Amino acid sequence: MTPLLDVRHLAKRFPLKAERAWLSRARHRPQVFAVDDVSFTVGSGESVGLVGESGCGKSTLVRLIARLLDQTGGTVHFAGADIGAVPPRRFARTPQRAKIQMVFQDPTDSLNPRFTAFDAIADPIRRLRPLGRAALRARVGEVAQLCGLPKELLSRFPHQLSGGQKARVGIARALAVEPQLLILDEPTSALDVSVQVVILHLLQSLKERLGLSYLFVSHDLNVIRLLCSRVLVMYSGKIVESGPTAQIFQAPRHPYTAALLSAIPNAWDGQRARIVLPGEPASPVDPDPRACRFYGRCPKGTAACTQTMPELAAIGAAHEVACHFPEAAPPQTVPENRHSPQYEVKADRA
Amino acid sequence: MSGTGPVPLLAVDELSIEFRTRSGTVHATERISLDLAAGEVLAVVGESGSGKSVTAYAVLGILDPAARVTSGRIMFQGQDLLHADEARLRRLRGGEIAMIFQNPRTALNPIRAVGRQIADVLERHAGVGRGEAARRATELLKKVKIPDAERRARAYPFELSGGMCQRVMIAMALSCRPRILIADEPTTGLDVTTQAVIMDLIDEVARDEGMSTLLITHDLALAAEHADRIAVMHAGHVVEIAPTETLLRVPRHPYTRNLIAAMPGPAPSLDALEAIPGALPDLRRSDLPTCRFSERCIRYQADCDQALPVERLSARHMVACRHPL
Amino acid sequence: MRELIRHARYVVTENPVTGFAFALFALLVTVALFAPWLSPHDPLASHAAEALHRPSRDYWLGTDALGRDILSRLIAASRLDLGIAVSAVALASTFGTALGLMGGYFGGWTDRIIGRLTDTIMAFPLFVLAMGIVAALGNTVANIVYATAIINLPLYARVVRAETNIRRTAGFVEAARLSGNSELRILFAHILPNILPLMAVQTSLTLGYAILNAAGLSFIGLGVQPPTPEWGIMVSDGASSIVSGEWWVALFPGLALMGAVFCFNLMGDGLRDVIDPRNRT
Repeated sequence: MTPLLDVRHLAKRFPLKAERAWLSRARHRPQVFAVDDVSFTVGSGESVGLVGESGCGKSTLVRLIARLLDQTGGTVHFAGADIGAVPPRRFARTPQRAKIQMVFQDPTDSLNPRFTAFDAIADPIRRLRPLGRAALRARVGEVAQLCGLPKELLSRFPHQLSGGQKARVGIARALAVEPQLLILDEPTSALDVSVQVVILHLLQSLKERLGLSYLFVSHDLNVIRLLCSRVLVMYSGKIVESGPTAQIFQAPRHPYTAALLSAIPNAWDGQRARIVLPGEPASPVDPDPRACRFYGRCPKGTAACTQTMPELAAIGAAHEVACHFPEAAPPQTVPENRHSPQYEVKADRA
Repeated sequence: MSGTGPVPLLAVDELSIEFRTRSGTVHATERISLDLAAGEVLAVVGESGSGKSVTAYAVLGILDPAARVTSGRIMFQGQDLLHADEARLRRLRGGEIAMIFQNPRTALNPIRAVGRQIADVLERHAGVGRGEAARRATELLKKVKIPDAERRARAYPFELSGGMCQRVMIAMALSCRPRILIADEPTTGLDVTTQAVIMDLIDEVARDEGMSTLLITHDLALAAEHADRIAVMHAGHVVEIAPTETLLRVPRHPYTRNLIAAMPGPAPSLDALEAIPGALPDLRRSDLPTCRFSERCIRYQADCDQALPVERLSARHMVACRHPL
Repeated sequence: MRELIRHARYVVTENPVTGFAFALFALLVTVALFAPWLSPHDPLASHAAEALHRPSRDYWLGTDALGRDILSRLIAASRLDLGIAVSAVALASTFGTALGLMGGYFGGWTDRIIGRLTDTIMAFPLFVLAMGIVAALGNTVANIVYATAIINLPLYARVVRAETNIRRTAGFVEAARLSGNSELRILFAHILPNILPLMAVQTSLTLGYAILNAAGLSFIGLGVQPPTPEWGIMVSDGASSIVSGEWWVALFPGLALMGAVFCFNLMGDGLRDVIDPRNRT
């Protein structure tokens, strides 16, 4: 089965201004390795989470996939077509443009202050799937209703809408041209928790009704746990772990994933022992291609970690990790059943 | 509504604040009361517009000029801060009550080295000279675990990461050994690992210095992890105050229960997440109901429109509801 | 549309100063449009016998050295002055905005070249530059318009460039790309509407500078030639008369200039309130 999205060895490097310009003999310009040799797939109807902290390259990665940026290396295949070969400027004219859409993090920033909600939703239709006036109105109305936006709100400007309403406009806009893959870049992080629930439910129901695939980027692991069946963990431009959500949460195998999970506030199920990562992530400028990016902050690490870059390797069913010393399946702090049931999928403990 | 038992360090009593805006008067808070005991961590949890930040600003007298306090007192060391003169308030700010803010990079002065900014506070409140202030500033940077403190003291905020800037702010807050630390959304916008580290740091220094902490946050999970007691606010009212364990296990106010059910953390699946019915009431309305949650509450009954009762379920647990759970 | 009108009414009535400015502007435009029908006398007709008469029943604002009615000349001049100002500002804003948009959005060499161009213009004392341009191209009204347009162009280019730069990285621009908009389309249909409010203020201010510029050039003898009535030339004519006590010859055109500039400046603020949807409730 051809996956809907097939990313192989994707890389994006940004050149920096050379240190000492024209007088220097060294012509080499330092480069930021924002995305480095990333490979993964998203199947049809699948919801994949992408988790990582600021500076890990996830924003760059999704922009490469959405063809807003051009990659430095690697390929991106969508429904069999090599979209990586099309430069971003020309991508708008291919049929795939409408099939990959994105919902942005900050609903205020991602809506044009001078466009009404109607205009915002109608814009992609006008550009990609032009319709007659009446048909356009009908389609906008239809997708607005799908997203729970009352008709009266369509004539309003963003500053007249609440956070949740703006988020819905953003989602409606993305859905207007019937995409197959929806990239969601932190769609609920700017929203109140009660609004977040509503939007998450909406996203879930839309996925089921329209058969969408999601690439869900978030720093909030709990949200990913609820919405995604697979998770990719990203660190410093590379994917360090990938696998089914439940497994990653029960038994993270990469030390970084373990540290990430230990940092989530958890007062009801028993806090995991905090793994503190010293320092800051290593500089992404011209990194040593042989050294693991996590080396130095990793609680483990030997000389071997600086000699060979760890690659993603299978460690279980559909579970891969890029580490020379992956965690053993850890003894889980058995959550006391205080006032909420345990996580849905039970870990199989011997 | 001040607690029984020892006199609290800070007591907010029946505080009502309103804002005059172009589009009407916003009734930001109405007769809210909370108290902070010595050495404890009290979290004030609420969604946007609940009035939690406004309360903190009122304590330090740094409310927006359009704000008006229409009733209540804020008692600190036997004095009502609302009636204190500006000179007293200036001595207070930074000296006895310190505050750290959201968005640390923008809360710091962008054109002044961070070491100097900390030294400024010391020179102002501790009355030390330049050299001594600079030395102490570096000491403080070490205390908040900034590596290479001597060099970093000369850095500007834009050269530091968000987490580092927040540490600098904590150092500034600590510099004069205040009795109370007010932390207004200190980790919003920071990565989860940085958040954990910063919160642990706040816990640690508060313990070491014997400070009380007033933690303002929208993140109930965060509050649950770090607070001794939690005060839940909704639309300008305090709806429940209880010790953390109790609040999470047996919430008595319907809104608190809803808030817990909306948290992604404990939910086993998406279906278990519950949305809170309705929406926050517009605080500009002149016809706000007595209980501002009543329009969203499934337990609403006719007598909820009468005066809002404040029930003391125990010495440390209060709930503002006529029909608590 | 109805909302726009309602909001416009709100803005104009809320702030009396804005209302006053708009009223004044309306008056100015009316006078300019209906000038021939409003002048009590022929602005070009000279009566040597009536020279330098004080303001009186026949000549409300007095007469000048050639016996021409000052009021009529003032009214006639409004056409010319407003016409010059509006044309110059139209040119400056169109080209300046276009340059600013492109420089701010595309960056790189486009930005550098445009930047150097505007810097060159701004390196000169602007009035002197205008003088030079008119002197070089010839003493005509058209050249006054071009000169005024050129010296006001950098102002637009800079403001628009800065605003475009800010919005270039906004989320809605990325969303527009995802929706299939071409770069030029984004620039003109998505970013430009957001910059209009600021440009409204700029335009108003520039109208003021333009009028002063035109009047200034005429005052020193460049551009408009006698007997064409124009406020600047009228002030220049009356300048010598002040010493001999005939204050009205220079004063009234001066007041007219002042009033016009004042009005445009105030209007700028009012316009911005009307156009910017964020100020709508």
